Amino acid sequence: MFPFTAVVGQEELKLALIACAIDPSIGGVLAFGDRGTGKSTIVRSLAALLPPIDVVAGDPYNLPPAPAGGQAKSGAKASTKATAKANAKSAVGTPPRAIKIPVPVVDLPLGATEDRIVGALDLERALTQGIKTFEPGLLARANRGFLYIDEVNLLEDHLVDLLLDVAASGENVVEREGLSVRHPARFVLIGSGNPEEGELRPQLLDRFGLSVEVRTPTDLPTRIEVVKRRDAYERDPAGFTAHWEKETAKLRTRIAKAQERVHDVASDDALLETAAKLCQQLGTDGLRAELTLLRVARAVAAYAGAKKVELSHLRQLAPAALRHRLRRDPLDEASASSRVERAIQELLGT
Amino acid sequence: MNAPAAPSATPDQSPALIAALLALDPARLGGVVIAGPYSHLRDACIEHLLAAWPESAPRRRLPVTTTDDRLLGGLDLAATLAAGRPVLETGVLGATHGGVIIVPMAERMPTLIVSRLAAALDSGSLRLERDGVSTTLPARVALIALDEARDDEAGLAPALTERLAFCINMDALAPQDKWPEPLDAHSLGRARTRLANIRVPVSHLVALNEAALAYGIDSLRAPLMAVWTARALAALEEADTVDESHIAQAAALVFSHRATRMPAVAEAEPPDDAAEPPAPPPESASDTEATEDNQAEPTADETERLLEAVRAALPPGLLAALAAGNLRSRQRGAEGRAGTRQRSPTHGRSLGATRMTGRGGRVHVLATLREAAPRQALRRSTQATAGKIRITRDDLRVHRFESRRALVTVFVVDASGSSALHRLAEAKGAVELLLADCYVRRDRVALIAFRGSGAEMLLPPTRALARARRSLAGLPGGGGTPLAAGLDAALDVCERVQRAGDRSAIVLLTDGRANIARDGAPGRERAEADARASARNLRAAGIPTLLVDTSPRPQPFALALAAEIDGLYLPLPHADARLLNQAVRATAQDGRTRS
Repeated sequence: MFPFTAVVGQEELKLALIACAIDPSIGGVLAFGDRGTGKSTIVRSLAALLPPIDVVAGDPYNLPPAPAGGQAKSGAKASTKATAKANAKSAVGTPPRAIKIPVPVVDLPLGATEDRIVGALDLERALTQGIKTFEPGLLARANRGFLYIDEVNLLEDHLVDLLLDVAASGENVVEREGLSVRHPARFVLIGSGNPEEGELRPQLLDRFGLSVEVRTPTDLPTRIEVVKRRDAYERDPAGFTAHWEKETAKLRTRIAKAQERVHDVASDDALLETAAKLCQQLGTDGLRAELTLLRVARAVAAYAGAKKVELSHLRQLAPAALRHRLRRDPLDEASASSRVERAIQELLGT
Repeated sequence: MNAPAAPSATPDQSPALIAALLALDPARLGGVVIAGPYSHLRDACIEHLLAAWPESAPRRRLPVTTTDDRLLGGLDLAATLAAGRPVLETGVLGATHGGVIIVPMAERMPTLIVSRLAAALDSGSLRLERDGVSTTLPARVALIALDEARDDEAGLAPALTERLAFCINMDALAPQDKWPEPLDAHSLGRARTRLANIRVPVSHLVALNEAALAYGIDSLRAPLMAVWTARALAALEEADTVDESHIAQAAALVFSHRATRMPAVAEAEPPDDAAEPPAPPPESASDTEATEDNQAEPTADETERLLEAVRAALPPGLLAALAAGNLRSRQRGAEGRAGTRQRSPTHGRSLGATRMTGRGGRVHVLATLREAAPRQALRRSTQATAGKIRITRDDLRVHRFESRRALVTVFVVDASGSSALHRLAEAKGAVELLLADCYVRRDRVALIAFRGSGAEMLLPPTRALARARRSLAGLPGGGGTPLAAGLDAALDVCERVQRAGDRSAIVLLTDGRANIARDGAPGRERAEADARASARNLRAAGIPTLLVDTSPRPQPFALALAAEIDGLYLPLPHADARLLNQAVRATAQDGRTRS
């Protein structure tokens, strides 16, 4: 996997992903833009970058170990006997062991069918033993991590609806063929795509917390550097990754610290007011924009090591938090980004 | 400028060389586009390309009508039932691992299939999460895409051209007896072991990037593929360092068909240009291992020679288009049509199956059986139903092409002198309102204007409504009213839209005062007769039409014309924005139900 820290440029996307890793409640990132800019590379490199998480060994839902003394809670509430038995076996046999695993970054491959996404009857066991068991799907695997959909604009509508629904509720419910399973599915949804191949339904746009426009760098030195690093990586992936590991470790520590601190970062009334004004001026409806704006600003502040959110923190990802929520005027030629930029400049100065 | 005449195929572009390069490094070079209609020469070319692969390497032809089941694979129903456990049926991608996939009529490939191929080319593997099967299969394939698009049609999807390093243009190909012999597998094997260790001096790398930028090639995949092409060329010559000739040849092979503009400084070449080095790369650059040469700057000469190498290899026709500066627009047109490609799978060919929700839909028998099959053992033990196969409601699958088809609204605007008098501005205003409505429905629009002696397509079908407004705003008025030409142009667009599998509706804004006949000759009588004839063609094609009469008083001929088309008639004086919108919506609705 190409190391996150070796990616040249694409600062907004990188910061947006880091912010979501610091505070998953920000609500995911949509990266739309040019081909050949390494969108997927950046997202997929997250797993190796982020601080590992504690889970119960072998738990299909990546559940955290119970606090000392307590019993690990079974994640899935299953009503069928078979599933209950399967769960019981793992719970009773040996005391659950806690292990560290990399943050799951689950790729939703193109052509995935619904049964594999939400989970379904375990075919193998149904056929060979004639018993009903629930086989968890991709949503279970993504719990506490990231779910990445490349070409999200090409995904079938009913799958997109389903994913957004689960992402919003944090829970996956499967009712099928006598199976009734409900398990936590809290993940950060990351989508990417190329708008030329089809736009995302406008209704779905604002369900993403942040939206980033990815452009190909046009200046020669940056382009040369991209090609150089990519070439070096392809010739010797292991060596290249090792070379960047120091940087990666540094960034990992920084993110881990920010994760611990983010909920203690203070924000004063003046900042809240600015955020509200910004949203008002841009005519974004609903509270979601404001809420995201604040959460993102707090994550950025925590990442910067600040104790209090400053305007400069708010500014950094404000365009990403707002540009996809503007009421779209198809006849306005100014891009959403420049409208947000303008509003920020008027409100916050340069 | 010493513009070369249409360049004949240089030996660089020979199928044998491209075959060798591809076989050497399929993972990084992806494949080749062969542009041109079917011919024996093309077949020979494909043969030549395949000859570089060992006999054992799988070869598959992929029909453009492929579905996910065939391409990706899924549960093998018969085998699953026979074996009593889930058996995976490998799709074309998995079955061609280590080999070549040939795609005829690649320009017609739906975006869904394109995206799956692109993902496989990127990763060299196939992740399957289908039908209860979760696995990853190796799928390192090279693609030979046969692009048979004619000049005015959209070619292969950009997502694929982007990932295929080479392009063979049949028009520029040397006769077969001039092709060198293909290389034997043995020497290819030796070259392959050398590949990764071949050094690329930094100055060459910089020159390649400069050339890509100069020719307006945005994607960074192109220079990367050129680097590996240069390595492969060096490997074939048993060199251990890439030299300038390799770089020039690689640039010609990879860049020539991607060029979107001519280099800005190609001929001016101010002498101080060389004195200004590109800004130093970001600080960490010196850390990367690629640095193997002290001389990091290419000489101005080298860059110039590189540009020249690419120029010599530009496909015929492209040079003229680039010089005229109209390639950008050609490409944008292609983008507009990308929408067509994306939507075409919503009808016509089956897209596979989806779960039955609610009622309705045609039952997809095979998919339903496939869903039910693995559960038979289970059901036999728990349900006391008669019959051999136990199918429950949960199993039911329906065909998936039932979903809505894309609609293209073709605006045909009368910009003649008489119309200009009669409130062309208001007609424009009305269209703007309609455009906003199209946006909400996510329809595409096309814009045709007619005035003077003929009609002009201002905008091919697109979803870029801001552009539609801009071209409308810049539309001058004046001249005669060639109504027949306008209608013909509209029919032409609609037919093209329908061929691509989408539906169309026409909104015609005119005062109906036709006075230019189809052949451009003035005269009211013939003009009106021609317009009626064109109207009947529209009716025969069954294209729903709304005629908005823009004259101050409703015109009898406009009304008659609407009747001839079998369309809706709406006089503008009576039409406020709301009414107009309703009428267009009704027409569009008609467009959905009719076809």
